[in-house]
Amino acid sequence: MLIPLYAAPRVSLRFWPVLLRNWLVWRKLAVPSIIGNIAEPLITLVAFGYGLGSLVGQVQGLPYIEYLASGSVTVSAALAATFEALYSAYSRMQVQRTWDSIMNAPVALDDIVFAEMLWAALKALFSVSAIIVVIFLLGISRQPTMLLALPVLGFVGITFASIALVFNALAQGYDFFTYYFTLVLTPMTFLSGVYFPIEQMPGWLQRVAHALPLTAAVELVRPLVLGRWPAQVLQPLAVLATYAACGYFIALVLTRRRFFR
Amino acid sequence: MPLFRGQHLSKGYGGSAVVDDLSLHIDAGECLGMIGPNGAGKTTTIRMCLGLVAPDAGHIQAFGLPIPQQAQEAKKRIGVVTQFDSLDPDFSCAENLRVYGRYFGLPKATIDERVPRLLEFAALQAKAKAKPGELSGGMKRRLSLARALINDPDLLLLDEPTTGLDPQARHLMWERLHQLLQQGKAILLTTHFMDEAERLCDRLLVLDHGRQIAEGTPRGLIANLLESDVVEVYGEGAYAVADQHRHLAQRVEHSGETVFFYLREPQPLLQALAAHPGLRTLHRPANLEDLFLKLTGRQIRDDA
Repeated sequence: MLIPLYAAPRVSLRFWPVLLRNWLVWRKLAVPSIIGNIAEPLITLVAFGYGLGSLVGQVQGLPYIEYLASGSVTVSAALAATFEALYSAYSRMQVQRTWDSIMNAPVALDDIVFAEMLWAALKALFSVSAIIVVIFLLGISRQPTMLLALPVLGFVGITFASIALVFNALAQGYDFFTYYFTLVLTPMTFLSGVYFPIEQMPGWLQRVAHALPLTAAVELVRPLVLGRWPAQVLQPLAVLATYAACGYFIALVLTRRRFFR
Repeated sequence: MPLFRGQHLSKGYGGSAVVDDLSLHIDAGECLGMIGPNGAGKTTTIRMCLGLVAPDAGHIQAFGLPIPQQAQEAKKRIGVVTQFDSLDPDFSCAENLRVYGRYFGLPKATIDERVPRLLEFAALQAKAKAKPGELSGGMKRRLSLARALINDPDLLLLDEPTTGLDPQARHLMWERLHQLLQQGKAILLTTHFMDEAERLCDRLLVLDHGRQIAEGTPRGLIANLLESDVVEVYGEGAYAVADQHRHLAQRVEHSGETVFFYLREPQPLLQALAAHPGLRTLHRPANLEDLFLKLTGRQIRDDA
């Protein structure tokens, strides 16, 4: 047997050249990539934050622009990691056959999946770092605790990359990813207290919201970006870790099945 | 002790056997050819050799290491050219080689020293900074071959390395593979081109439906399994003439408008055919393609 489908992840240091490969490709395209990553949230912040914010006033005692900025930086981490682990990873896995060529060298599939997950999280971290700078420059927040939000956002990247890799392993084409975005991620952003407080929703929906990884992420990131300490730390961290661990393991099993069946 | 040995390998998918009780071995410095129609199990066999497919039955050893258990260790000494190009489109030729070298854990100094030599070997020095999208088909295949050599392997697994190339590119590839054999590297080669197999391979394995149906040197196989000469006859009325002179040949086959006479003594038939000046005839020695068609039939395969 090559590797039992349900074996625990076996990661060796060979994941490193795979991660490095993705970094080297990204470096060639970094400028347009960063501009794209900043432009989109910047437009949202200006349009909704200042425009809608002037109508809304305060939300949970915060100016709306602050409420929105701290929430949408969390969404950006989730989206950036998801994009990378879906479209880009699928290109490398299926279209360019990059994974196949790597496995002809002494690198195992487990190493590749680990590298892809970590890379997607790193890319999310690059993205949100740029946005944090924008938040700082616009003066929305200039709290030193913003720096503490970065490792949390990296962990959000790990969580959403792991979940996305499950769908990558199941995909037969790019179209499949549209379902994940429209049926899973988009509703999640509206349920997770990014744009409006969860308390605005009916009770049963609030209970759903509290089980979502993005809600946990926002609970941690929002106070840190705005210079406060999260009301709860362990519980949301545990939610994120559970999604990350389960997502990653399921993704690994399904990817092994895809390649070695 | 052969460099590589696979014994009684079998692999099936969904109840149908893709590889069926296949045994093969490759000695150091030897070129073993695997020929067979599409779907004969060649690519699956190569993937088993690399530990990417676990055989349902049988044992594989490369350099004395059991596969797939110690495939990662064995792969350090193997180079692979797959049937479809898998070059990194975002990297230049030189970067493709460098990045691939890192997957083997090669030190930077080793990679730096090998990359220019391999680009020269692949006749791509002038294209070092070009990306694969800017290369011709032949150049891409040579870059794939150069990439497979970055770890200085003892064994090369080449899955149809010249499919889709024009004659010039194919000849250049053959010349390079000859050089590698002279350097003492062993090669397992799959191909559809019988002249390629005849030219490069010391030994051939003919596969059909996952089974070995013949094995030997190219010349030996032809001598043992075929008549020495072939007379091809084509043109209007070829079939009628064929019926008339059937007794002059050991074996007669029809394909399209052409009749193939397989025989040991060509003179009587050639004299008889001289009486039919309207027909075009071609007399030639039997070759590997004749053998291949004899063993695997002339029908087009479903997946061809």
